[in-house]
Amino acid sequence: MRFALAALLSHWRRKPLQLLTLVMGIALATALWSGVQAINAEARASYTRAASVLEQGALQQVVSKGGGGISIDTYGKLRRAGWNLSPVIEGTVRFGASWIKLVGIDPTTMPREGQVASITDGSDISSFFSAPGQLVVSAATARKLRNATDMRLKISENVPDDAAFVDISVADRLLDARGKINRLVVASEQRPGLDPIDQVAPETMLRENTDKPDVARLTDSFHLNLTAFGFLSFVVGLFIVYSATGLTFEQRRGTFRTLRSLGISLPALTTMLVVELAAFSLFSGIIGVILGYFIASALMPGVATTLKGLYGANVPGSLSIRPEWWVSGLAIALGGTAISSVRSLWRVWSLPILAAAQPRAWQRASAKTLAYQATAGGGLLLLSAVLAVTGSGIVIGFGVLGALLLGCALLLPGLLAISLASAERVSRTALTQWFWADTRLQLPGLSLALMALLLALSANIGVGTMVSSFRLTFLGWLDQRLAAELYVTAKDEDQATRLREWLPQHSTAVLPIWSVEGDVFGDQLQIFGVADDPTYRDHWPLIVADDNAWDEVASGKGALINEQMWRRGTAKPGQTIAMPGGWDATVVGIYSDYGNPKGQVIVGIDALVAHYPDVSKLRYGIRVPPESAPTLRQQLVSEFGLPETAIIDQISLKQQSRAVFEQTFAVTGALNVLTLAVAGFAMFSSLLTLSGIRLPQLAPVWAMGIRRRNLALYEVARTLALWLATFIAAIPVGLGLAWVLLAIVNVEAFGWRLPMTVFPLDWLWLGAVALVAAILSILVPVRRLATINPADLLRIFANER
Amino acid sequence: MSAKIMMWILAVFFVTASSGQSQTQGFAGLGSDATGFAIPQSGAALSFPADHGAHPDYRIEWWYVTANLQGEDGKQYGAQWTLFRSALAPGVAQGFADPQIWIGHAAVTTVDHQYVAERLGRGGVGQADVVAAPFAAWIDDWRLAASSGATPDQLHDLSVAATGTGFSYALKLKATGPLVLQGDRGFSVKSASGQASYYYSQPFYQVSGAINVAGSNVQVSGKAWLDREWSSQPLAENQTGWDWFSLHFDTGEKLMAFRLRDDKDGFISANWISVDGKTSPMSKEDLRLEPVRQAKVEGRDMPVAWRIQIPAKSLDVTTQPLNDRSWMRTSTPYWEGPLSFKGTATGVGYLEMTGY
Repeated sequence: MRFALAALLSHWRRKPLQLLTLVMGIALATALWSGVQAINAEARASYTRAASVLEQGALQQVVSKGGGGISIDTYGKLRRAGWNLSPVIEGTVRFGASWIKLVGIDPTTMPREGQVASITDGSDISSFFSAPGQLVVSAATARKLRNATDMRLKISENVPDDAAFVDISVADRLLDARGKINRLVVASEQRPGLDPIDQVAPETMLRENTDKPDVARLTDSFHLNLTAFGFLSFVVGLFIVYSATGLTFEQRRGTFRTLRSLGISLPALTTMLVVELAAFSLFSGIIGVILGYFIASALMPGVATTLKGLYGANVPGSLSIRPEWWVSGLAIALGGTAISSVRSLWRVWSLPILAAAQPRAWQRASAKTLAYQATAGGGLLLLSAVLAVTGSGIVIGFGVLGALLLGCALLLPGLLAISLASAERVSRTALTQWFWADTRLQLPGLSLALMALLLALSANIGVGTMVSSFRLTFLGWLDQRLAAELYVTAKDEDQATRLREWLPQHSTAVLPIWSVEGDVFGDQLQIFGVADDPTYRDHWPLIVADDNAWDEVASGKGALINEQMWRRGTAKPGQTIAMPGGWDATVVGIYSDYGNPKGQVIVGIDALVAHYPDVSKLRYGIRVPPESAPTLRQQLVSEFGLPETAIIDQISLKQQSRAVFEQTFAVTGALNVLTLAVAGFAMFSSLLTLSGIRLPQLAPVWAMGIRRRNLALYEVARTLALWLATFIAAIPVGLGLAWVLLAIVNVEAFGWRLPMTVFPLDWLWLGAVALVAAILSILVPVRRLATINPADLLRIFANER
Repeated sequence: MSAKIMMWILAVFFVTASSGQSQTQGFAGLGSDATGFAIPQSGAALSFPADHGAHPDYRIEWWYVTANLQGEDGKQYGAQWTLFRSALAPGVAQGFADPQIWIGHAAVTTVDHQYVAERLGRGGVGQADVVAAPFAAWIDDWRLAASSGATPDQLHDLSVAATGTGFSYALKLKATGPLVLQGDRGFSVKSASGQASYYYSQPFYQVSGAINVAGSNVQVSGKAWLDREWSSQPLAENQTGWDWFSLHFDTGEKLMAFRLRDDKDGFISANWISVDGKTSPMSKEDLRLEPVRQAKVEGRDMPVAWRIQIPAKSLDVTTQPLNDRSWMRTSTPYWEGPLSFKGTATGVGYLEMTGY
């Protein structure tokens, strides 16, 4: 038995490159998959942590129906009725240059299970209460705030970065909330027999606790995106493993036969092979997970920026090692190896003991196989189309995507075979005929690598097209949307009042940016008020609008909703929406609102103030001739006394938005490149495999007088021909993919649809990269062929090998 | 009686959190730091009903009811309803800026169980407050308030209710005697060095009502005692805890007595209240308080039974608690429970012990 195992393993000593291919294949497949999982796990853990601390997410909450906050009277009424609930006043506040999410809590009533107890516990609760106030923050936030506030800072590791807990009275003062409570946290234990909340305080309602924090639901689609990418790379990696195991089993057929003849039983042989594969896959899996860790660490800062920019989610840019993705990484390595080698193992199992160890090209060309594949591919394409037409939802979107990609990949060998057959028919010389025929013969061996290449190329084209289309639309939209030259934020209502008096004398228009949060169709979303100003009429990007939309909005009867609300079917033009606080508005237009995960409503500013008199009036956009913007900025600081950090100009705002945008897709780009690299490696390993077993086909041609150098050149030409065909095929597939991404996945994931723009120059660039990859992958086999010892070719005619 | 817990609780709650430290620092915080707060003055006359309400310029204050109850089921019960006020700063403000913190304790004691609940809240938001007339004190849905109808005094007819895990009660209190000013016309000295509080009581309540324990309702009747006290620095720095008695004699007389323990031989004060409410203050020389039985309660040795002697009144009684483990498992725990006594006289009462 020991000798049998040694004999089996000796194969790898003789073929180290094959071993490397196998290990790399498994490792790469595992690496990208577990890397993506690591990122997702880290982000999700961070959401949960933040939500449990910041939002007391596990508990029910009482919020106001009207969106204007809950009054102290109502709170007192609910407490006196016996309800055990605790008030929270929260908002964003500026300390120096930093914006901090301030959570004002009342430690006397905050339920212990609200996770906050750990923060306000401790030896120093009197400091938490007493003037001028104490901010409980993370160490990183404390460093930021050190010189920006005269409040005491207390460091707690439980508080997420850029957030601070503070006594509710301090939050009330800093946020100028005037006692308006944002929400009441409901303790899980309540005395039986209480009157229902909506009976005690009809102006409020109980919001059920959600299993997931808000931000986790919002970011779901983003993580699904990452997972899809990870999975794509995983599949491509499995192609490599499949071809590597296929080859090694094929090459060891002689050994198997010998071992069987020597009395090793079939179960024993199979067990040895399974153990061997499992050991390899575990070993490679560990390498893969480590690699995945590094990939994830490299991508994590980008992901963190994206999540913050896109969803306002605070995720650390660093990665902690979590057992769940170690285990899942190893499991996927084992599973992947099992899937990709089960066919080879089956062949060993069913191998007749005395079957001749004939030389044969690994997996002979079979028109039948190709036809089956093509039929399956066509079926998948059909399924994709049906899903696209009938289905909805993000998962269906990815289903459309997957079926499209896999269908095209399966169709590819068949299409290539047909093209090669027609090329063969039109060939004039024997040599070119042989060239095409031989290429066709190689198709089955290369088809997996070519499919991998097709997947990688079309994913690149598709995602690239989506990102470029998005960028174009987004930048145009930014130009429209950020029309005001300066944006200012007052520190409190008094300063805001002075601003309202001061600004009109120094600018052409002052545009209030005021909003309230309220419940519309069951979702908490922002309601903005806009002034009746040409800035909006001329610039605001409306997708659908009535002719007199802006007049309707100005009159207070009309409302604009963002594209997200419309696409999700929440509301549509002409529909009447019940606004919080018990009034109605009619949808008169839809505006695009990229980068906002939630729904949003715009009404006239007069209507906003009339229905929500307590609206915070702190933010303004200011229109001035662009050239006088710097002067006004100066004046605001020196004459009016606004701090520099309270003013932002249009240019830097646009820069910030662009930076967030680029960051968002930097991760996608990186994953794209990695997928392409894996596909390149798949190509390399397949060609390597083929080169080893193609000698019987090449030897006769050589014997007929073709020089080795020319044979090598033909090999290069063949690879390039296949590459070109695959690349050409990848373009329509990529465009199809881009369409699915833009028209289905994006709409489902983000709620906006973008016009598709085609960038052929990008394809050329990608084609060049793929070309280099193809050439690199053929280099080793071709060199080997060009310099092969003629004796090796001769030996083909002498015996089996 | 009742009293001092409060300071202790607040000291521990707001000045230091660890109970280990409370012994050394808790009272220190109370005794020394009264900056900005009003200080009780000897000879200042109390005025009613105004003084039934809150005194936000003083640091601490409480409304404290204990009731010895006899159930229709033949069993003895005790009930406690307490509202503490503790100011972070003197004065009041609107909304969350109000510096007043309120704490409620409620309990029902049976022979074998002590049901306890605690509520916390802040002033200025309607969650907890006390108004003098018509008298009402509340925290959440716990309430001690004047019953409707004109009465000679706001505290003459009260209703009191509270709910906690496993228990609730709703009782009517009817006074059969006058308000009693403790100490010197309401100025109650708490240490040899002169720390003091304003302190008055209504010890003459007849109680009727219902309690609910472990799901079953019991009609009860009995006697109750209300203590009112406010101060800013009532304790000396070296005082570590106290033992406080309120006794209802079957004859209709009452006795309030306390011993403040310190690193020396302590400070004892008492008040003998005759049936018509006339008071006879007593000091260390007039009264002997002596533990006669220890019990292990929550890992501490507590003197649960006491011998009380007043030679001048030929009084020599021994108290026994209804439940040895009358332990108030609140944020700052203490012992508080009903008792009965025998000897040269008989009756019921309440005992409070802190700092063990």
